[in-house]
Amino acid sequence: MATTDIASAAQPRTLSVLVEDVPGVLTKVSGLFARRAFNIHSLAVGPSELPGLSRITIVVHADSVLLEQITKQLNKLINVIKIIELAPENSVQREHLLIKVKADSPTRLQVTQAVELFRAKIVDVSVDSLTVEATGAPDKLNALLDVLEPFGVREIVRSGTLGISRGAKSMTDRALR
Amino acid sequence: MSNLTATSPALLGSKATSSAAGTSADQRLYGPGRTVEPVAVTGSQSIIRSLEELGVTDVFGIPGGAILPTYDPLMDSEQINHILVRHEQGGGHAAQGYAMVTGQVGVCFATSGPGATNLVTPLADAHMDSVPMVAITGQVNASVIGTDAFQEADIVGISTPITKHSYLVTDADQIPRVMAEAFHLASSGRPGPVLVDITKSAQAAQTTFSWPPKIELNGYRPVTRGHSKQIREAAKLIQGASRPVFYIGGGMIKAEASAEFHALAETVGAPVVNTLMARGAFPDSHQQNLGMPGMHGTVSAVAALQRSDLLITLGARFDDRVTGQLESFAPDAKVIHADIDPAEISKNRAADVPIVGSLKEIVPELTTAFDALVAKHGRTDLTAWWKQLNHFRKTYPLGYTAPEDGQIAPQQVIEKINQAAGPEAVYVAGVGQHQMWSSQFVKYERPRQWLNSGGLGTMGYAVPAAMGAQVGNPDRVVWAIDGDGCFQMTNQELATCAINKIPIKVAIINNSSLGMVRQWQTLFYESRYSNTHLNTSQTAAGGEVVRIPDFLKLAEAYGCAGLRCDKPEDIDAVIAEAMSINDRPVVVDFVVSRDSMVWPMVPAGVSNSDIQFAHNLTPEWDEEE
Repeated sequence: MATTDIASAAQPRTLSVLVEDVPGVLTKVSGLFARRAFNIHSLAVGPSELPGLSRITIVVHADSVLLEQITKQLNKLINVIKIIELAPENSVQREHLLIKVKADSPTRLQVTQAVELFRAKIVDVSVDSLTVEATGAPDKLNALLDVLEPFGVREIVRSGTLGISRGAKSMTDRALR
Repeated sequence: MSNLTATSPALLGSKATSSAAGTSADQRLYGPGRTVEPVAVTGSQSIIRSLEELGVTDVFGIPGGAILPTYDPLMDSEQINHILVRHEQGGGHAAQGYAMVTGQVGVCFATSGPGATNLVTPLADAHMDSVPMVAITGQVNASVIGTDAFQEADIVGISTPITKHSYLVTDADQIPRVMAEAFHLASSGRPGPVLVDITKSAQAAQTTFSWPPKIELNGYRPVTRGHSKQIREAAKLIQGASRPVFYIGGGMIKAEASAEFHALAETVGAPVVNTLMARGAFPDSHQQNLGMPGMHGTVSAVAALQRSDLLITLGARFDDRVTGQLESFAPDAKVIHADIDPAEISKNRAADVPIVGSLKEIVPELTTAFDALVAKHGRTDLTAWWKQLNHFRKTYPLGYTAPEDGQIAPQQVIEKINQAAGPEAVYVAGVGQHQMWSSQFVKYERPRQWLNSGGLGTMGYAVPAAMGAQVGNPDRVVWAIDGDGCFQMTNQELATCAINKIPIKVAIINNSSLGMVRQWQTLFYESRYSNTHLNTSQTAAGGEVVRIPDFLKLAEAYGCAGLRCDKPEDIDAVIAEAMSINDRPVVVDFVVSRDSMVWPMVPAGVSNSDIQFAHNLTPEWDEEE
């Protein structure tokens, strides 16, 4: 029912959207979310395996009624070719994180151990800081952040979620003839 | 109908498609479909040649710096009649009016910057009311885009949320394809406005023109054919319902499906309510028509929805002006919802049986499916349902009382205009009280007889839209029924009408105020009239005559005939005089009471069941028992 309390059932949902790579397409997609008051959590854009097509991975907070409306409205955009929902159990979802954390001689070892524990990488070192690179599911990255937080986080750069379905099938298999 | 029921649904469907010539959704290219071999032209010539091949005969617009190159070859076009409007908003609404009466794509031109931004209101209006329209705007040279050049505005960015699609063209070679795509998008599926912004450099560049271009719209495939299983499910619900009601919207008119619907309605025998956008889709004179539902709908139409056990929703979108408080809208009804736009289905009200497709195809198939079920299982008796509704219809008809101040009742003016001009005329309203009265007191008997700004509620729509309607329907009488507030927003197009011999008739329902706002102030703000007096026939205190402006003089200044009527006994004679003038526009200043209010009314945010048929009077819902 349209009367369902949307907020109570809302959860992060991941959409993979195949779009034509034309000027203004990102404005059209993000503008739609703004205009219809859809709550966008993260957004990542990049080229796809087909020339002329880009893929946008969007994470939204929505219950199923709202998600259906979001999908339908996105489908109305002329430059949107195809949309699928990536359910957590049937897809691989990753974020990329760069974090600059304070690490002077007393704490450097602890930071390094934490980084190793999470199978993250140190990509830059200075006298009193380390820059760490990590890739993983959002939960895992949050856990890493929690662990590093006490040492003093100076800067966080985090990508939107990227997602791909599990198995051999590609979402572009039937998208273009 | 019985001989039609023997035909298979598939055959009926394909028949219906082939009869929808011109704007059929599966026709890829708009226009006469000629082939043109490549020829060297400029970008601006390519624009004009494309429009010609798309079958365009009328364009409304104003030139300016960034679209100047295109106005040059326009001068040589034998096919395209360009009407020089006085304001781009007028050009946009004129294109809408043209589109609404003809079913063809309306076209308007504007220059960059302010020319383009003046189109924002008509674009938003066309988007809300699904009007097929293509706006072509000039843009500054590609090399200076982004530099805040003179008359530069990002109109593609500005118009993105209020158009079906928009294009920025910087390469002249793209022009034929983009134009063909724009027309296809505007006219197919759920129609809507498309903006094509073309840089001055692209207009000036050398290119080749050939026709037809290859359309590349991989992300656009509107579904026209309804799912046959869903249609059977819908027929089953209809066959079993004891209180069904057809709730039809503007989509019925856009789909050109009125004749098909007429058959369905009579086959099922259920009551019909038609929204503000669907007035005329089903004849008012038909016994099954209960009129308009919603905030100012008839008691019987509102009651039909509220007490229904099945809404058969065809091309309507559960707008808040129809549903009132959504939670209490039609509480006992299951919902069949057929629409060409899947996003409308279950947007506001969850549908039990959704059907995506064109009504032109769905409606006849629904008739066939219903007939087949009735042949097998018989029909559900609707006598008790009709008895209830007829009681409401008889007890609470639309009506009005003579104003206590002795002035003209505005409803009477509108009724009499309708009596004089009949159903073959076109009626165009602005927004406000006069719009609601025009919907209530004009008898609509045919689709495209009624034009108004329904979704956006644009004051000032009437005069320019009537101008466009008159250009599209030169042989019909076109009455703009306008308010004194609305009229002052766009009346400069009277100059366009007078000069181009577009003989629209304008009835100003002059209550010297912003009437609908004043009505709300009367009802909800203790009659504190904050900023709603316009002084167009009397002062704020009442009584004393003041006319700023004097509409009669204004009409004459614009080369129109100006008439005034301020006594009830003169209405017929003045309308007759207006009807007799056909060589120029006529403006009639009907001075009416400012205390008349629009009834019935469902106050904002309350349940439809709390409808008042007059001030503080709600129907006795159960007295029929």
